[in-house]
Amino acid sequence: MTADTNAPLLTVNGVTLQYKTPRHLVTATYRVDFSVYQSDRYVILGPSGCGKSTLLKAVGGFMKPVEGAIRIRGKDIVQPGPDRMMVFQEFEQLMPWKTVFQNVLFPMRVTGKFARAEAIERANAAIDKVNLAQFRDVYPHMLSGGMKMRVAIARAMALEPDILLMDEPFAALDALTRRTMQQELLSLWEQLRFTVLFVTHSIEEAIIVGSRILVLSPHPGRVRAELDTGGLDYGNIDRPEFGVMSKRIHDLLFADGRTKEAATA
Amino acid sequence: MSIDAHRQGVAPARPEFEIEPSEAVTIGDVERPLSLSERIINNEAFQRLMILVVLIVVWEIYARWLNNSLLFPTFTETIQTFWRDMANGVLLNRTLTSLRTLALGYAAGLACAAVFTTLAVASGVGTRILATLTAMFNPLPAIALLPLALIWFGLGTPSLVFVIIHSVLWAVALNTLSGFRAVPETLRMSGRNMGLRGARYVGLILIPAAFPSILSGLKIGWAFAWRTLVAAELVFGVSSRSGGIGWYIFEARNDLDTATVFAGLLTVILIGLLVESVIFRAIEARTVNLWGMQR
Repeated sequence: MTADTNAPLLTVNGVTLQYKTPRHLVTATYRVDFSVYQSDRYVILGPSGCGKSTLLKAVGGFMKPVEGAIRIRGKDIVQPGPDRMMVFQEFEQLMPWKTVFQNVLFPMRVTGKFARAEAIERANAAIDKVNLAQFRDVYPHMLSGGMKMRVAIARAMALEPDILLMDEPFAALDALTRRTMQQELLSLWEQLRFTVLFVTHSIEEAIIVGSRILVLSPHPGRVRAELDTGGLDYGNIDRPEFGVMSKRIHDLLFADGRTKEAATA
Repeated sequence: MSIDAHRQGVAPARPEFEIEPSEAVTIGDVERPLSLSERIINNEAFQRLMILVVLIVVWEIYARWLNNSLLFPTFTETIQTFWRDMANGVLLNRTLTSLRTLALGYAAGLACAAVFTTLAVASGVGTRILATLTAMFNPLPAIALLPLALIWFGLGTPSLVFVIIHSVLWAVALNTLSGFRAVPETLRMSGRNMGLRGARYVGLILIPAAFPSILSGLKIGWAFAWRTLVAAELVFGVSSRSGGIGWYIFEARNDLDTATVFAGLLTVILIGLLVESVIFRAIEARTVNLWGMQR
């Protein structure tokens, strides 16, 4: 908790990202600017090919921008680190050789951020928070997809990172589980008020989860709009404001007619 | 067609309803423990034991029918010889000599494999060095190197250890490296995300994640080593005072004592079975099976 809540936690300034495939040099994003503030639920939304996952990887420190700068608390991001815990879409992010409890404990122990007793206490608390207490000593292969995702979220949050990075975390789940997970994420946020940077391709998910939405246009990803959706969540999905916002984002994404891929939930 | 039907309003209007689900008590036991006999029959150790019993019975019947103990001694005869030589210490000593050499060679082979794999993981050049060396030496039978080893190291344990290292090294290194390569990208990123680097990254992420491949490398390496050792002892155990199990078999064959040859072979098989189904099985049950990385 910094005293100055007016200063952004994460700033992305004119960031251009490129990566190489065996045959091409692909420009994923072009001169993207945005700022994330403390306790934001900041969503990056865009169709596939807008470089949103690449952008998240760059914030995670897994790749360097070709131009521009990414800073967290004013410091340049040079490598991956536990101050930016990442929750991936894939279930393999959990270590199959560790139980749920050991998985949650592991990053706290290897980073040395917490003493042993405190880490154990925090791990138990985090597992309780995501309603997995009875699966504490179970190995990941015995869990369902939604449960694995809960473990990954508990693991990231127990470490209390500066910012939580979520790369389409619910995309691999079935629609009903996804809904439950969105609500659980929001209720966790109500309790803890962490900062989260969330990537999705679903307009509905963006409005429900996000308090702020950055809309990107594709090929390469450029900022199209930044919208405030703090007042909209699952509770008012049936209200006209929700529909209006949804329509507005839809128009932003599809206005230029070049985006053929559906970006609906 | 269904679109047309829909457009014409063919589907009749039906009332909506909501009901409370009933208690599912009538189905009986939702879960019940298996009976003892069901558990015994499903037990893997029991099934493997039964296979062994069948093989032994077939052996005994065939040998009795053949009735020529010079060509094919019976199981009972072999077991008697086995007990006799175990009791008077000959076979026991031979076996222990072999196992000592084997342990030495296996350990040295694993150490070499660890060095090569570390180099291969550390750099692209290392990977290509290992890939090339493996492609060259893996198909080369260790026993073919024995004459060379005898020139370099003379008669005795060093030559045996040399050929065992050769038979273990490539199999283990190759499996470990392919295991490392197969570690999912998400798991790697997840490890780096926690700030793990260098030796801690390899030890805490790569090795456990590649453990199924590493273990199968260890198993193959063990089988190669045991095989190579027995073969090597058969070739030059002759001039060595304290010969191993291969020398025991060779001696017995010279005396046309086929029951003793069988007892020697039985020892080789028993040790192989023991290591595979007790030691490696136990490691598997506590690691890859428990973690759901292998069925």
